[in-house]
Amino acid sequence: MSDYTLNKLKTPRILYWGIFLFLGFLILLGLASSAYMEHEGHYVTGMNNQIVWGLPHIFAVTLIVIASGVLNIASMSSAFNKKLYKPLAPLSALFAIAFLIAGLIILVLDLGRPDRLIVAMTTYNFKSIFAWNIFLYSGFFVILAIYIWSMLDFNVSRFSSLIGKIAFGWRIILTTGTGSIFGFLVAREAYSTAVLAPLFIVMSLLYGTAVFYLLLRVISKLQSIDIPPEITTSIRRLMIIFLLANIYFLILYHITNLYISKQIAVESFILLNGGGYTTMFWLGQVGLGLVVPLSYEMTNGENRGFALTITSIMVLVGGFFAVAVIIIGGQAFPLNIFPDHIILESSFYDSVIHSYTPSIFEFGLGIGGTSLALIIILILITNLKFIPSKK
Amino acid sequence: MNNRRNFLVKSASALTMTFIVPSLLSSNVQAKKPLDQKVSNKQSWGMHIDVDKCVDGCTACVDACNEENGLTGFGRPETDSQWIRKVKIKDKTTDKITTMPMMCQHCENPPCCDVCPTGASFKRVDGIVMVNQHTCIGCRYCMMACPFKARSFVHETLTTQNTNAPRGKGCVESCNLCVNKIDHGSKTTACEDACIKSGHNAITFGDLKDSNSKVRLAIDSNSPRRLRNDLNLNQKVFYSNI
Repeated sequence: MSDYTLNKLKTPRILYWGIFLFLGFLILLGLASSAYMEHEGHYVTGMNNQIVWGLPHIFAVTLIVIASGVLNIASMSSAFNKKLYKPLAPLSALFAIAFLIAGLIILVLDLGRPDRLIVAMTTYNFKSIFAWNIFLYSGFFVILAIYIWSMLDFNVSRFSSLIGKIAFGWRIILTTGTGSIFGFLVAREAYSTAVLAPLFIVMSLLYGTAVFYLLLRVISKLQSIDIPPEITTSIRRLMIIFLLANIYFLILYHITNLYISKQIAVESFILLNGGGYTTMFWLGQVGLGLVVPLSYEMTNGENRGFALTITSIMVLVGGFFAVAVIIIGGQAFPLNIFPDHIILESSFYDSVIHSYTPSIFEFGLGIGGTSLALIIILILITNLKFIPSKK
Repeated sequence: MNNRRNFLVKSASALTMTFIVPSLLSSNVQAKKPLDQKVSNKQSWGMHIDVDKCVDGCTACVDACNEENGLTGFGRPETDSQWIRKVKIKDKTTDKITTMPMMCQHCENPPCCDVCPTGASFKRVDGIVMVNQHTCIGCRYCMMACPFKARSFVHETLTTQNTNAPRGKGCVESCNLCVNKIDHGSKTTACEDACIKSGHNAITFGDLKDSNSKVRLAIDSNSPRRLRNDLNLNQKVFYSNI
């Protein structure tokens, strides 16, 4: 695709408005869910004083991880000089910005006091990795905006490679920051390890690539164009590498925990006797998210476009379970307040595995946020020239 | 002439009332109210709990805390706030069963303050760890970080708060060692008062820097331990005879 032009999305107006209104409806549902949660208080959610982060955080973290990973394609072009991906780089950066906004909106709307966002933006505790993340996210947003501008405006296009390299470095730091939100929690045995940072990076690479391929496939269907086979082949290769990297870091994470005697209880909870969490880990995160797609890709030689679509869907569903196991599973296991004692009684559920059933409002907020990312993409690709086609 | 005299007298009285009397009053008030003085690091507030004296089934400390801080609850134990709770534990080696109160341990190096993005969770120079209810955004990261599960998130609209304990929906809260009482010059907490009143004397509160304080005497004579000492958080709450 050396000779290409960038175009707007050309799709029948009825289809455009149909998708727009559907996504808009879901966004309104998300806003209504959030308004209800804030008005009534969080007791209407499934979250409580034991499981303090729930489904909205699974959505938000997944979307932020995707935001970083979906920039892979642009990074391949600008940081690693792969010419094949250059036409797709603006689209990749646009996806990144849209998913970042969506993830952050969900996080903000789930706060106990979202009206105090201005406090979060003006009062910082620089020892907090959360505060650092506020800078990393807003910085990423600015860098992506400049990056897109540099790719779309011929007058400043000479800077695009440099800004692309900065964006690549920034997203690695950003995902390290996201992983460290959990990695720095010394009190919770499921989290307290630096391995979470690289694990989150490889998760972002995998999920981001899957999302990029799925969206590219949808856009190519809407635009009635074909994805060039060399793109499919290359993305498939990336996908296999990222799947292997994910499996490696997941094994490393669990082996590390198994090696530390005091972590064995929480490990056996996730791996063996955690009920729903164990099922989500083995069937969702490992099976559907890693092993099945890897085996499928390794054995399927023909019709690679279709196979990659199925793989991407499996990876994303498995990825959602992976984030759920990390966030909810890590909290469900009770804190080890008395390492040399057994807790017999407590009014604050100190000795029991905490249960969590998400409410419809949390689901509404998550779906609304995800729809926001998609509507941003829809509006921008319809009104600005993002979609490459051969001259 | 009378008019002029009246005017001068009234003016002088008005000036006196406006400037001189308030300044006299305020200096008087300052002398009586430690609340108007800066918190000092000359004190380090802490607590000692002798678990052998803590009685199974007694909830005097919990009830007193709830009353002092207006924690009424909504009949939903999973989301209702608990600043102090009773736990019953069994030693894995000796099978000894003990019961004890658990609350914020007021760490010297509090993980809740480390992770709070806005600095709403903070430690005063006198060692009290608390939440600024005006800058807490309700992200609950501090609850994720606390090794003692000492914090609660206000899940519902509150309407019956006590004036001495500002609380609000959407913010995180925890034991603040009855900071309002302390700042008004009290030397005890509600839970300690209640424990003494019930005749158990398991809880002892005071200034850890004062070698003659009852809390120091209790610590010096009992060689207590901190919970999760492996985390090196140097809490200000000590437990004996666990």
